[in-house]
Amino acid sequence: MTTMTIAKAINEGLRATLTDHPRSLLMGEDIGPLGGVYRVTDGLIAEFGADRVVDTPLAESGIVGTAIGLSLRGYLPICEIQFDGFVFPGFNQITTQLAKMRARSNGNLTVPVVIRIPYGGGIGSIEHHSESPEALFAHTAGLRIITPSNPHDAYWMIQQAVECQDPVIVFEPKRRYWLKGEVDTGSPGASADPFKAHVLREGTDATVVVYGPLVPVALAAANAAAEDGHSVEVIDLRSISPIDFDTVTDSVKKTGRLIVAHEAPTFGGIGGEIAARVSERAFHSLEAPVIRVGGFHMPYPVAKVEEDYLPDIDRILEALDRALSY
Amino acid sequence: MGATHLPSTEFDGTDIEDQLEAEAEAHVGDPDEPMVQLLAPDGTLGLDPVYSEYAGRLDPEKLRGFYADMAKIRRFDVEATALQRQGQLALWVPLTGQEAAQIGSGRASQPQDYIFPTYREHGVALTRNVDLAELLRQFRGVSNGGWNPKDTNFHLYTLVLAAQTPHAVGYAMGIQRDQKFAAAAAAANGATSPVPEPKAAVMVYFGDGASSEGDVHESMVFASSYKAPVVFFCQNNHWAISVPSSVQTRVPLADRAKGYGFPGIRVDGNDVIAVHAVTEWALERARQGEGPVLIEAFTYRVGAHTTADDPTKYRESAEESRWRAKDPLERLEKYLRAEGFADDAFFAQVKADGDDLAAYVRKTTHDLETPDIRTAFANTYVEAHPLVAEELAWFEEYSAGFADDSAAPAEGAN
Repeated sequence: MTTMTIAKAINEGLRATLTDHPRSLLMGEDIGPLGGVYRVTDGLIAEFGADRVVDTPLAESGIVGTAIGLSLRGYLPICEIQFDGFVFPGFNQITTQLAKMRARSNGNLTVPVVIRIPYGGGIGSIEHHSESPEALFAHTAGLRIITPSNPHDAYWMIQQAVECQDPVIVFEPKRRYWLKGEVDTGSPGASADPFKAHVLREGTDATVVVYGPLVPVALAAANAAAEDGHSVEVIDLRSISPIDFDTVTDSVKKTGRLIVAHEAPTFGGIGGEIAARVSERAFHSLEAPVIRVGGFHMPYPVAKVEEDYLPDIDRILEALDRALSY
Repeated sequence: MGATHLPSTEFDGTDIEDQLEAEAEAHVGDPDEPMVQLLAPDGTLGLDPVYSEYAGRLDPEKLRGFYADMAKIRRFDVEATALQRQGQLALWVPLTGQEAAQIGSGRASQPQDYIFPTYREHGVALTRNVDLAELLRQFRGVSNGGWNPKDTNFHLYTLVLAAQTPHAVGYAMGIQRDQKFAAAAAAANGATSPVPEPKAAVMVYFGDGASSEGDVHESMVFASSYKAPVVFFCQNNHWAISVPSSVQTRVPLADRAKGYGFPGIRVDGNDVIAVHAVTEWALERARQGEGPVLIEAFTYRVGAHTTADDPTKYRESAEESRWRAKDPLERLEKYLRAEGFADDAFFAQVKADGDDLAAYVRKTTHDLETPDIRTAFANTYVEAHPLVAEELAWFEEYSAGFADDSAAPAEGAN
């Protein structure tokens, strides 16, 4: 076991990947000598050279599009998109090309490209630096989407993403890059399947489903609820596509109440999908409607008011109160 | 400075429009604009200080092959158009007029090269030995592809304009890396020089309309930055559906290459010998590690953009007539006959071969089977995906219910 931050864990995971897979390479803006704007790729170009850690032109469609071509030639590209709000120039390549290449080719071609996107708010930044566009990608068949919430997952998930034969987007919770935790670099243990949800805390009165940056918030809310005598189960979804509905449904059958929280706007978001599925699968177990906690239907607001936008402990507790009132 | 010195904004709209059109014509529509041409419309062969050497590599058999290819693909085009009109295809994208651009460039490629087409490259497909009937699967609606690119190094058609251009550059970057791997492996084995392997290049096709897409720009930046072995082959067929090429560019498209730092060549796209020569030069250059080239094949789409299009709404028939006079097949036929390289028997055989191909395509299209949607479930992901499995299970159960209904006797039946 080693203690490291999420950023360092991804860095180590990338180092392991570049070592284990000679045909893997990193591509992105400023990922070379600078080590990325968050220093996630720090030191890798010195170790692996400019052919393996490629500082690209400033062009997201070009990054994703050339990565597709490299993968068609048998390489394993790992793209870094500098910020969530800058992925949209590459959206066309991701959704119309990367996601569909296997289906279009009747299974003859695979494009195992990995795209890393730092996402979410809470860093006091300016426009386009704090968005949560995961639902836009989850809606597109052909893509897989995972998001770590702790260093151990971060270390293993990036390696698992590269080994997956399907295209994978790894949404990295940027405000948690400096979160420290223990990493077992010898074995993924319970993290062996990146598409399986984890029950982080068991409870009997309600279930809170979260992922990525909101995991620590939900755990803190559950602790606060416990002081008021409420037993709250917390699930880290980990994978947004596919979603491990079995773990979520089993929990709801036990607790009878479900709250889904994410930073992205609630309308059309992942929370709505989970609510709908759970209502189909466990309707008779529900003691209350599924309650969503998320961002508002507005562009991500200016940093000075983002605390009013982002779900926090109190908003999760308010949702819990509503669920328990039925 | 007084107001009288400012440029007037109160101009007559019609005059300006005419002026712009004349300007655009002067820049992009003038056939006298410098471009490589070896075989003139009257069938005479000219000289070029660079490319005549490449043309000199062509023997009569190859030239006859060019003609046979062009005639075959034109016949195929006619057949596919007919199939669409008969309701056998949802849509067809005709290529008539662009045979020389496609056969000339495609025949310049080598088997180890990889080709990224857009959606009109039926002639290039022919040169890559793709079964032409397989091209129709997509247009019949039984596949979104239709062939395995690994068999021929001819990629699937791409319908999102220019999306294939960065793929081509990435693929070319992969070739560069392969060569480094090969050199390293050879060195590790004690070889004094790397094991000679056939060096490969990539060629990517797009049109004058697609040249406006950002992906073309980004691709050229990447290609130039990494000196990727890729040839950009732009078929300027003058019309992006209904919009003329003057709206896409105010300068010859080939001139854009200069801004990226690699050569751009405009070639007479209706001259199969010149197209072949220029493409062979560009591909050889790319394979030797000298970086990308942009070729603009100056040609014309004689027919409609697709079978859903109506060119009479946006262009004059006189324009079509002017281009028909530059027909790529006719000029090569004139040359072959004048040189005594081909006779009536040859042209009769070409026609017969074309009719045979048409019959084959017609029959194959009628026989294409509708796929089972279960194949779509299977091809969405490589690895098992619980949502797909769940929806497939639901579909099986739902479908089984209908099977029971059909097996049961109808209500009230004896």
